[in-house]
Amino acid sequence: MIAEIFSFFYQFADVFAFLILSAAGLAIVFGMMGVINMAHGEFIMCGAYVTVGLVHAGFPLPLAQLCGALAAGLIGVVVEWTLVRKLYKRPLDSLLATWGLSLVVTQGMLLVFGSSVAGIGTPEGSFMLGEYSFSVYRMVLFVAALGVLAGIYLVFMRTRFGVHARATMQNAAIAQATGVRVNRVYALSFGIGAGLAGFCGALYAPTMTLIPTMGAAFLVESFVTVVVGGANVLLGTAPAGILLAVIRTALNGWGGQIVGQIGMLLAVILVIRVLPEGMSGWFARRSR
Amino acid sequence: MFKLLNGPQTLGESRVFWISFLLVVSVAMLYPAAADAYDVGNVAYLLTWTFMAMGLCLVWGYGGMLSFGQTLFFGVAGYAYAVVATNFGGDAGTTFLALIIALLLACTVAAVLGYFMIWGRVNGVFFGIVTLSATLVLSFFLGQTAGPEWRIGSARLNGFNGMKDMPALNVPWAGGEPLTFEGVPLYYLVLVLVLVVYLGLRVLLNSRFGNVIVAMREDPQRAELLGYDVRKFQLATFVIGSGLAGLSGVLYTSWGQFITPASIGLPAAAMPIIWVAFSGRSDITATLVGSFIVLWVFQVLTVYSQQAALLLMGAMLLCTVIVAPQGFVIGLVQGMRRLMVKGAAPGAPAEGEITA
Repeated sequence: MIAEIFSFFYQFADVFAFLILSAAGLAIVFGMMGVINMAHGEFIMCGAYVTVGLVHAGFPLPLAQLCGALAAGLIGVVVEWTLVRKLYKRPLDSLLATWGLSLVVTQGMLLVFGSSVAGIGTPEGSFMLGEYSFSVYRMVLFVAALGVLAGIYLVFMRTRFGVHARATMQNAAIAQATGVRVNRVYALSFGIGAGLAGFCGALYAPTMTLIPTMGAAFLVESFVTVVVGGANVLLGTAPAGILLAVIRTALNGWGGQIVGQIGMLLAVILVIRVLPEGMSGWFARRSR
Repeated sequence: MFKLLNGPQTLGESRVFWISFLLVVSVAMLYPAAADAYDVGNVAYLLTWTFMAMGLCLVWGYGGMLSFGQTLFFGVAGYAYAVVATNFGGDAGTTFLALIIALLLACTVAAVLGYFMIWGRVNGVFFGIVTLSATLVLSFFLGQTAGPEWRIGSARLNGFNGMKDMPALNVPWAGGEPLTFEGVPLYYLVLVLVLVVYLGLRVLLNSRFGNVIVAMREDPQRAELLGYDVRKFQLATFVIGSGLAGLSGVLYTSWGQFITPASIGLPAAAMPIIWVAFSGRSDITATLVGSFIVLWVFQVLTVYSQQAALLLMGAMLLCTVIVAPQGFVIGLVQGMRRLMVKGAAPGAPAEGEITA
């Protein structure tokens, strides 16, 4: 009995980790700047490629993963500086520009690296509970997702940068008037968002086939989590992840992955009809 | 009604414009006499995509809703046509019945999806990513339908390989042999449809309906205060635009007698956005001309390297956003007009421009 309950929890944790890890970076960028970064999948891909490359070069996996996240974050800062910064007043155009970037990067990677790179196997290790066997790495992913949520909370609630960031999120003009360097906050937030995307790619790199278009596999999950979560990453993302993961786990068990994904999409379409500002908008209105 | 062909919402109303329009149409009508069959079929292929572009121009450029879901409706209609035509066998005009059913299905899907988004008052950015999510989910779903259990009637969906060998559009013809729309007949069918849709959209856009949707693009709240139910107009715009994407889907499926999930997912979903953004989303003529040119260039390049062609498309989108956000074709037209007006009366603002 305990094994069955744990089995459901295990599947829930797997889906939850995937949703949170793939959406966290996108949610931060959207929450801060109102920009949806369509090249989000490519930052994920970048994290995964750097990780695998370093592991092939002899680095231990955890170190390689950190480097992958860092590399994506640095590229994110450069992209913000050269491209996204010009478009803050035109959020729809920034959507198009980052989509253009995404096409250039995926197709460029296909031209340079070809369609697939030799992967690294999923770290071994499993534990038994009753008759079921569970992978340790999937649990590591779940813990990493919780860690990312805790990290976001700490950075935004407990640091000086966090205060500046929340002030900018509420009202950029007034924040600037009180001496916050809004441009720097934007660049850092975009860097953090890209870094978290890279971290997601780094964590899933051992479990996936590495192809330049792998980012697309994360897009739907990250989009729907951000839509359900709403603009405030601190309030919305975690509850959105829980809600969607419960729906998806139940449907996965009943009809397989694709039914889970379709069900999640339908749930999102229903949610936007009822809560157009997402869960964070709903929480914010209730607490007012 | 013909008065509405010219109006405030469409560029090109001078005599010069209409004379060159008639010239282009007559050249297009005579083209099959001069070119070989392969080229004619190829131009027909390029033209089948322009409906999707014009639909997006209506929804995005005029209606102000950034829909990333054009290939969703393209795919729904394409697959619906394939399934229905295969099941009916394609004799005695049933292919056109399949066409109508496919378009109705695409419009229904658009109406349902549009209802939830528009009545939920989803804003610009979310409109894009919700439509794109739906598009990607459809392509993932169709990609895993390889097994024999995925069949509708006698039509198998075939997963990533897609459906093929469904009957092409045809009508019963004198002498017992049906007229199948392939090659030259298909070219004329598509050409006539392009003309009908283009002129029809011009009339629609300059009518009261067009003025209202432009008003709600500029300021939804003001349009609402003037007494229009913005949601209904938005939904109608979205359904018409998506239906046009569906028309492209049916014609494409009939043209090549195949359709695959790759025409729905990424990077296919980005293509209509690129054609329309590059051409100039705020005008239907610019969209039609620009999209045709971009499609042609893309096809020429694809022969050498598909990746390079897609890379160029991405770079074009980036360039458009940075250099000419209103679109290159429109930018060109406005630039030329400014030059000509300057030559006539120095300092006078060009026609149709807002003076600060």
